[in-house]
Amino acid sequence: MTVTGIFLRDNTFLDYVYIVAFSFFIVGLMMMTSPRTARRGNMVAAVGMAIAIADTLLRHGINKWGLIILGLAIGTAVGIPAARNVKMTAMPQMVALFNGVGGGAVALISWAEYRHFGNSLGSKHLIPTLFAAIIGSISFWGSNIAFGKLQELIPGRPIMLPGRLQTVLNASLLTAAVVMAVIIASGTHSGLMFFFILVAAAILGNAIVLPIGGADMPVVISLLNAFTGLSAAAAGIALDNIAMIVAGMLVGASGSILTNLMAEAMNRSIPAIVAGGFGGGGAAIAAAEGAEDRTVRSTTADDVAIQLSYASRVVIVPGYGMAVAQAQHAVRELTKLLEANGVDVAYAIHPVAGRMPGHMNVLLAEADVPYDQLREMDDINPQFPQVDVALVIGANDVTNPAARDVPDSPIYGMPILDVDKAHNVIVLKRSMNTGFAGIDNPLFYKENTSMLFGDAKESIQHVTEEVKAL
Amino acid sequence: MSLVTEIAILVLAAFVGFAVISKIPNTLHTPLMSGTNAIHGIVLLGGLIAISEVSGWFNDLILVIAIAFGTINVVGGFLVTDRMLEMFKKRPTPQAQDDGAEPEGES
Repeated sequence: MTVTGIFLRDNTFLDYVYIVAFSFFIVGLMMMTSPRTARRGNMVAAVGMAIAIADTLLRHGINKWGLIILGLAIGTAVGIPAARNVKMTAMPQMVALFNGVGGGAVALISWAEYRHFGNSLGSKHLIPTLFAAIIGSISFWGSNIAFGKLQELIPGRPIMLPGRLQTVLNASLLTAAVVMAVIIASGTHSGLMFFFILVAAAILGNAIVLPIGGADMPVVISLLNAFTGLSAAAAGIALDNIAMIVAGMLVGASGSILTNLMAEAMNRSIPAIVAGGFGGGGAAIAAAEGAEDRTVRSTTADDVAIQLSYASRVVIVPGYGMAVAQAQHAVRELTKLLEANGVDVAYAIHPVAGRMPGHMNVLLAEADVPYDQLREMDDINPQFPQVDVALVIGANDVTNPAARDVPDSPIYGMPILDVDKAHNVIVLKRSMNTGFAGIDNPLFYKENTSMLFGDAKESIQHVTEEVKAL
Repeated sequence: MSLVTEIAILVLAAFVGFAVISKIPNTLHTPLMSGTNAIHGIVLLGGLIAISEVSGWFNDLILVIAIAFGTINVVGGFLVTDRMLEMFKKRPTPQAQDDGAEPEGES
């Protein structure tokens, strides 16, 4: 071996290279907090990751190249097409899935380490291994449930045991996992018990996320993301790997801040979200108001076309329903036409429209909607009383006045777009079903509201034709 | 490395994480979440180290899965984040389309 070869494979030298790698993570993260530099920041972080992986592969003692290459190849073969082909609308569940496999990897690594070394790991390595196993397993299963809910494989509504049974179950599972971990850490070697720790944490992961309503899912994913970061940091201590400690903890810390910011944007508290049950109160409220005296006005495409063409100000309120119907391009075409007729058109963007904070901006950007037409909630809300027509496309919960007016509502206190203050409101909707949060919307029954039922894309196309014909 | 050194690093990294993220615009929450998600794919390193230490086919199997999971997390995470952030690029004004600016023959 040449001198450089020996030098390169020297683990002390490679520890210094780890410092370079995690510096890239920190710089990348800093750049990601500004829209101008965010994309480059992501690339800087990716370069840091490439350095960290190459560094590890060069280490003295790395063997079983066949298996390593197999694992890397499978991961790449699955990861690249998944990331390339996912639709922008499905981004949140993809993030949940990627987060889940990270947590799963941590749990599996801890398990294999314990199976091989057992209690000869010594408490310095054993305790973080146990911690990583528990958190990693919770994160893996929790993320899978979050994915299932967003993908609508599992109902988005809260699924939970009645009364306080759920809390009792969760507390018992956590206690069981921790007690077994303490028994192992205090010197009892039991492979079976380690396996049961993973199982208890797995059930706990399911039990925590199942009761959480779909609308809170972004916050949950962010929380699980922070969890996976923590578990990676713990695994880093277990394996004496400085890059894992720093990167894992960076994610653990920044992820918890991010979770908190997101929860604040929705006016929710994290303990309340984890306690669950959001979105369960819809039926009770509808019943309390008395459904019989509430009528809904249905309208037609030509009527909407007339209203829009003769308006001077139109505000479009896009929601997830629009994105799902892939109607953003049709909407863009309609707005161009209206603008040509001298109508002032703007888009009102709720911070959590779509499935995640900032998701709607991404979806509209994909359809080439100009930035200067996008208005943030705080800018547009005072202007609604001067708006002639507010066109609500598949946005349910973020326009629900119950959040402002009905203290019993589960979404009470959540900031909303005040579309009900516009002169006229047109709601494009498939049916009278409740939104993602499962809460009835009083907006639909207001006198100045009319509903255009049907597929959002087809409806918009009809309206566009009618506007052209006018 | 001693435990106290590792915990010191852990605590310092936590503070850096807090400091970096403390104020970011709402629009960037999702891409940032996805970006940090990709960074914890660092667990991949753990898989590489562990598989070189253990013996037995079942341990090997578990760790090949772990390495594959870690790789999905890293590769998928960075790619998906890049796709999202691509949407945030400044759009050219309608007059200044960049179609003509792209010299032909260059791939």
